[in-house]
Amino acid sequence: MNFDFSDDLQQVRSEARAFLKEHAAGSSRRALEAGHGFDQPLWARIAQLGWVGAAIPEEYGGSGLGDEGLCVLAEEIGHSLAATPFASSAYLASQAVLRFGSAAQRAKYLPGLADGSLTGCFALAEGGGSPRAGAVRAVFHDGAVTGEKLPVIDGGVADIAVVAVRDGAEVTLALVPLADVAVTRTPLDTLDPSRDAARLVFTNARAEVLPGAVGFAAVEHVLDRAAVFFAFEQVGGAQACLDMARDFALQRQAFGRQIGSFQAIKHKLAEVYVAIELARSNAYYGAWALGADAPDLTSAAAAARVAATHAFELASAENIQTHGGMGFTWEYDCHLYYRRAKHLSLAIGAAPYWKDRLIGFIEQRNAA
Amino acid sequence: MDFSDTAEEASFRAEVVAFLEAHATRKTGRITDPEAADDAYVARARAWQAKKAEAGFAGITWPKAWGGRGGTPMQQVIYGQEEAKFSLPRGVFEIGLGMCIPTVATYAAPEISAQHVGPALRGETIWCQLFSEPAAGSDVAGLRTRAERDGDDWIINGQKIWTSGAHFSDYGLLLTRTDPAVPKHAGLTMFFLDMKSPGVEVRRIKQISGTSNFNEVFFTDVRIPDAQRVGKIGGGWKVALTTLMHERLAIGTLAGPDFADVLELARTVEVNGVPAIRDAAVRDRLADWYVQSKGLEYTKFRTITALSRGQMPGPESSIYKIVSAQKLQEIAHFALDLMDSAGLVTDPEVAPMRAMFQQALLYSPGGRIAGGTDEILRNIIAERVLGLPGDIRVDREKPFNQLTAG
Repeated sequence: MNFDFSDDLQQVRSEARAFLKEHAAGSSRRALEAGHGFDQPLWARIAQLGWVGAAIPEEYGGSGLGDEGLCVLAEEIGHSLAATPFASSAYLASQAVLRFGSAAQRAKYLPGLADGSLTGCFALAEGGGSPRAGAVRAVFHDGAVTGEKLPVIDGGVADIAVVAVRDGAEVTLALVPLADVAVTRTPLDTLDPSRDAARLVFTNARAEVLPGAVGFAAVEHVLDRAAVFFAFEQVGGAQACLDMARDFALQRQAFGRQIGSFQAIKHKLAEVYVAIELARSNAYYGAWALGADAPDLTSAAAAARVAATHAFELASAENIQTHGGMGFTWEYDCHLYYRRAKHLSLAIGAAPYWKDRLIGFIEQRNAA
Repeated sequence: MDFSDTAEEASFRAEVVAFLEAHATRKTGRITDPEAADDAYVARARAWQAKKAEAGFAGITWPKAWGGRGGTPMQQVIYGQEEAKFSLPRGVFEIGLGMCIPTVATYAAPEISAQHVGPALRGETIWCQLFSEPAAGSDVAGLRTRAERDGDDWIINGQKIWTSGAHFSDYGLLLTRTDPAVPKHAGLTMFFLDMKSPGVEVRRIKQISGTSNFNEVFFTDVRIPDAQRVGKIGGGWKVALTTLMHERLAIGTLAGPDFADVLELARTVEVNGVPAIRDAAVRDRLADWYVQSKGLEYTKFRTITALSRGQMPGPESSIYKIVSAQKLQEIAHFALDLMDSAGLVTDPEVAPMRAMFQQALLYSPGGRIAGGTDEILRNIIAERVLGLPGDIRVDREKPFNQLTAG
């Protein structure tokens, strides 16, 4: 039994943590104050380090750290609150091209995605409602996409989008270059201004289908894989909140003692710890399932996603609560995590979607 | 990451499976009624323990000097994983072999421990732990059972409670107060005694579930020779900590209905004329329990990984019982809600799945108390994992006999 990351990846983790501590400190704050959710210099450095291409094979210019490597980096990105399109480009767009692109498409797009010269995003939602085939109305026809996607995270800063479209009766994925007059990008204000989001309108925009993406199952597969990476990012964010709350509880005095000596605070933070550990363990299993392409990837990913969503939401809310009034101010960083937690919760299907998908998968498996 | 055994682990596992296949019966998926720990059950448990000891599977991690195997914690885990797949009497030797005997062997004189370790390992003697008292539960150092010196003997007066298995135990590990004039932790001394000693009276406690797993034990002028003292006079707290350290590892997750059971129920009972599983609110709760249940299973994999690298699990292990005890109680409540008024019926011939959820409703509160309450375990996580300050204790410096009590 070896249910842990390798020594090499532990080394990657500690180097990533040290790098982000130095270069990502205040990244989210700066993006928030500047009013655009993109820390371009940080993104360039991260790409240079080969992180975006962690799960991209070396033959396509990736660093070949594999899925587990991307999991480790995702956790550190989550911990640092970096304001970059890491998730959109590495967990979603790159994975979609890698899994469903033709050999020519992989050779054309993956090296750029890996070295950061291309930034990708994933355009699925068309307004409200959880991911489902019936909600995909954008159309691919004659080499072009027409339709509207909203919200598209990082849609304002990405170079290419992987877009869920309808090709005849069947859902598929199309790759659309965004620097095209046929694509209108309108910035959207969101809960987390330290991350970019846009409304994308495609009017006969030049596109190419990813030929391996047949049916809505392809979309679900991209979501399953991304859910594990998102879970690690969420666990990282949750752990940062717990660390912050613990440090504050040790330093803040009230009623003549450290507030961390009150059981009301101790037990609250113990509960947060428990939620994080359950999420971390589920995420580990998801990492294994990704690497092994396990038949239970869907349940592994859904469980990781549900647990991590709960952990980060709980940890970020209780971090504010532990800080009291100061935690509610613009100046303290608590709200950056609180915002990011909800941003990540809603990014690729919210908890109710994943819970339903989890139980549906188990029912199907038991019936088989 | 991978889930396979090393070559050594695999060969040990094969040895274990061969032994179990030869001497025990594999569990079936069928739901069975819980067994009462009556005389026949205890006799079967003793016989099984003897067989295990003969084959070298009792005391796997114990040193060879104690009659153990001198094996690794990983081997203990492997044995436990495989044994759990077989239908065998449980709950008779865990406390004695898991907590009492290691304590005696660590602190008692070599000739005393030599006399007791072997028989316990072979199932010839059963031990219980006599720590908790009516006025000393979570705060066990506040206990009042007195031990007073009388020549070479000690005279014991007082009462213990929540003693698992006292009614079938041969020996007990007994924590007493020898000096009430010093602060509470400093005045304790540990002994062991023959449970058939004159003046020992064991009374079963009937729990809210109707079953009796625990006892009260009364001591009236019970005489114990000083040779049966375990550790120094006044050093009982240090000895007790050794015992309790083993307890949290031993208790772990709790038996009872889990995700798979409530899923099965949700497929069969109906809500608004359709199977409950079609209801979004039901699916929401089921998903939570799946995630918790798997979260614990995978956390165990992480612990086992650490063990197989030679690391020892620390206070983070408290997570197992906190989560599983609360989950068990929630599942029981929710399952009965799904049955609606039929959930009231406890007759196993009538109630779904042989009334496992009705039974769980009544026994699950105990899981949140036994072996460290939810609150104590949260304190352990807060203090020993997160590094938050200990509680302020107004009784720490005061002599025990000047404390308010009740």
